[in-house]
Amino acid sequence: MNTPEPIRIDRRVAIKWMLTASAGAMLIRTPSFGGVAPETAASAAGRPATGYGTDPDLVKGYKPGDLWPLTFTAAQRREAAALCDIMIPADDHSPSASAVGVTDFIDEFVSAPYPDNVRDGKKIVDGLAWLDAESTRRFGAVFADASAGQQASLCDDIAPEEPANPDLKAAADFFKRYRNLVASGFYTTPVGMKDIGYVGNVPLARFEGPPADLVERLGLTDEVKW
Amino acid sequence: MAFVTPATLADRYDVVVVGSGAAGGQSAYTLSMDGARVLMVEAGRNYDPVSETAMFQTNDAAPLRGAATPDKQGGFFDATVDGGWTVAGEPYTNASTEEGRQFKWWRPRMLGGRTNHWSRHALRNGPYDFKPHSRDGLGFDWPISYGDVAPYYDKVEMLIGVYGTNDGLENTPDSPEGVLQPPPKARIGELLARQRGRKLGIPVIPIRRAVLTRPLDHRTLPARLHPGNAKAQRILAEDMQNRAACFWATRCERGCSIRANYQSTTVHIPPALATGNLDILADAMVREVLVDPAGKATGVVFIDKRTGLEHRASARVVVLAASACETVRLLLNSKSNRFPAGLANSSGLVGKYIMDTVGGNWGGQIPLLENLPPHNEDGAGGLHVYAPWWLYKEQKAGKLGFARGYHIEFGTGKGMPGGRMGFGNDTGGRTSYGTRLKEDARRYYGSYIGFSGRGEMVPNDDSFCEIDPKVVDKWGIPVLRFSWKWSEHEIRQAAHMQRTFADWIEAMGGVNHRAPSPDGRKAISAGGAVIHEVGGTIMGAAPAASVTNSWSQTWDVKNLFVADGAVFASNADKNPTLTIMALAWRTADRILDEMRRGNL
Repeated sequence: MNTPEPIRIDRRVAIKWMLTASAGAMLIRTPSFGGVAPETAASAAGRPATGYGTDPDLVKGYKPGDLWPLTFTAAQRREAAALCDIMIPADDHSPSASAVGVTDFIDEFVSAPYPDNVRDGKKIVDGLAWLDAESTRRFGAVFADASAGQQASLCDDIAPEEPANPDLKAAADFFKRYRNLVASGFYTTPVGMKDIGYVGNVPLARFEGPPADLVERLGLTDEVKW
Repeated sequence: MAFVTPATLADRYDVVVVGSGAAGGQSAYTLSMDGARVLMVEAGRNYDPVSETAMFQTNDAAPLRGAATPDKQGGFFDATVDGGWTVAGEPYTNASTEEGRQFKWWRPRMLGGRTNHWSRHALRNGPYDFKPHSRDGLGFDWPISYGDVAPYYDKVEMLIGVYGTNDGLENTPDSPEGVLQPPPKARIGELLARQRGRKLGIPVIPIRRAVLTRPLDHRTLPARLHPGNAKAQRILAEDMQNRAACFWATRCERGCSIRANYQSTTVHIPPALATGNLDILADAMVREVLVDPAGKATGVVFIDKRTGLEHRASARVVVLAASACETVRLLLNSKSNRFPAGLANSSGLVGKYIMDTVGGNWGGQIPLLENLPPHNEDGAGGLHVYAPWWLYKEQKAGKLGFARGYHIEFGTGKGMPGGRMGFGNDTGGRTSYGTRLKEDARRYYGSYIGFSGRGEMVPNDDSFCEIDPKVVDKWGIPVLRFSWKWSEHEIRQAAHMQRTFADWIEAMGGVNHRAPSPDGRKAISAGGAVIHEVGGTIMGAAPAASVTNSWSQTWDVKNLFVADGAVFASNADKNPTLTIMALAWRTADRILDEMRRGNL
């Protein structure tokens, strides 16, 4: 992929690009990172001042949206879901990330009132905006509407931790952060835990330790002393 | 007697105990089981682990997948409520803004304190640990020896239930026959570490943790713990039957609703309440210890946090068990004409020699542990094995460049996934995604090992706390200001830890993601970060050089005792909680004896 030299753009220009992009026009240059985020519901409505407090009910179960409002716009949600499923698609073992509610978790994360979430949440929202702008520039379609091949070619450019084009570094950081968030969201679900081979969290009468054939295979039989 | 309010307090108690954690719980238990009328005062709220502990909740049922937030600083399901590194409205300060000179202070505000979430590591100090100055000329000897404390270690282990083995290793004491619970089987990664650690001379043995691996023997233990006290035996036998053995699921940091592990709220407080001799006053922030004109303690002044009003509680004896630094704060804030520098501070040493444990963390990835067949590795909700300090001879010979040792805790295996996941970051500098990420996750999950060194700090003149002259908390009580400095002993020790862990990972055929730093300043944890702070009212043989005598009785006020870690004259690499409980029991026995003799 031949990515043209990016330039710095201001927010006003970026929004204009976004508008023209949605009209089907092709942009010439890679948009700058952090300059293209649209107003989100969070920034418009203001975040909740506090979180769940220092003494929440720990026994009750929670789902995203229970403790603070989710703030993704419909377009952000659609894009976030598409990127979730690029990170963790369905395969023979398990469904995709969005199918088990990971998009909601990402929304919960970017909408949370805690300082780390405010900081990282902005990176996520900025990253999603950048991704849409870049997709529009390259393919004439927002990320969720790009073809699978187009999405993959864009992702492949920002998957390296040190991208070939140094101007994509912020996008690469976003990509990795998003990937880890999706992994956290997915592998904490029952479906994800099963996929990954976590079989604990059940009461047992006895703890048997590792299977004997595994101990033998790793040459550790002599270590089993107690 | 039970849970009381300022309006229902008795006019006078035999003993008021400030604090409800390991020290307060043990003090209240021992005193009330032997017939003393006790008031326990807790700054936080009442807390019931049986109904409030999240036992099987998975992280997808928690906000933010259970990740730590400023509200729940140990993670959502961590037992700690209303506390952490910060407590709203209750600040503390640091004297220096310099890097490496900061102290962090973890404070829960709940009945049972830190015992609700602690790791349950229950290591005994060894004989050397009570006489460190005699061995290397640094710090202070305790006025007591291992032999003085050993019977109390036995008792505490029998009461709370501790798993482990007797391995006969240097300065790593065995327990008498029939005291310990059987250890859980080692996990596969622990077995591998044991095998490969041997090449480096590092011994790996079962750790000691306060978790029941089988039910307590309620037929014999109560009589061993309370000889001649039929009522105490009956109450304890009944309570022991209400504690279940571990069912090998859920992390101990969450607390335990089946009471399989030790927390003050599941082990000390229920039988103490059953005696009818214990009153518990929660949401009460003690501001100062009261003294009469003769210089005897008469009770405490506290603020009812629900009303903001000030009240008094009276007692023959006052026991401070508020945690080391909070105990210091209380003494320094208890100023009077007779004690202008704070109570029990004629030596000027109240607040001096605060010690934490030296922490050093390191991790790596072990290809041999990739793609293992799924099997349940939850185990006892924490560590099963550890490496005790092993280089005593080299250290004594001056070969290491630092004076005191460390033990090694390490975690392996497939724990329940939490809110901070990430896999395959090491695959050629590319962030894997898609089906590759799913494959990476299956391959790498459970193949990581994380080491934590836990080392002894030599007490020094630059690590202390005092009253900040300018800052008060929301109750108007002056707060602590910390000064902190690691010495070269700790800094070199931390570098040694990191080198050792990197070598160990290599010996396991594993991958270190970066080279260990030869500069211990980069490897060492912040002061207070390990949450093992002790000292501040150290015990000693002479009033001029210590705050309490060998019974944790303050030299200056004979009916005032310190039961928490403040009395530690050194802070061995062993986690302090078991020693706090053993000393608290010993002190409570002394108080009972002295009350019977009419000396208090």
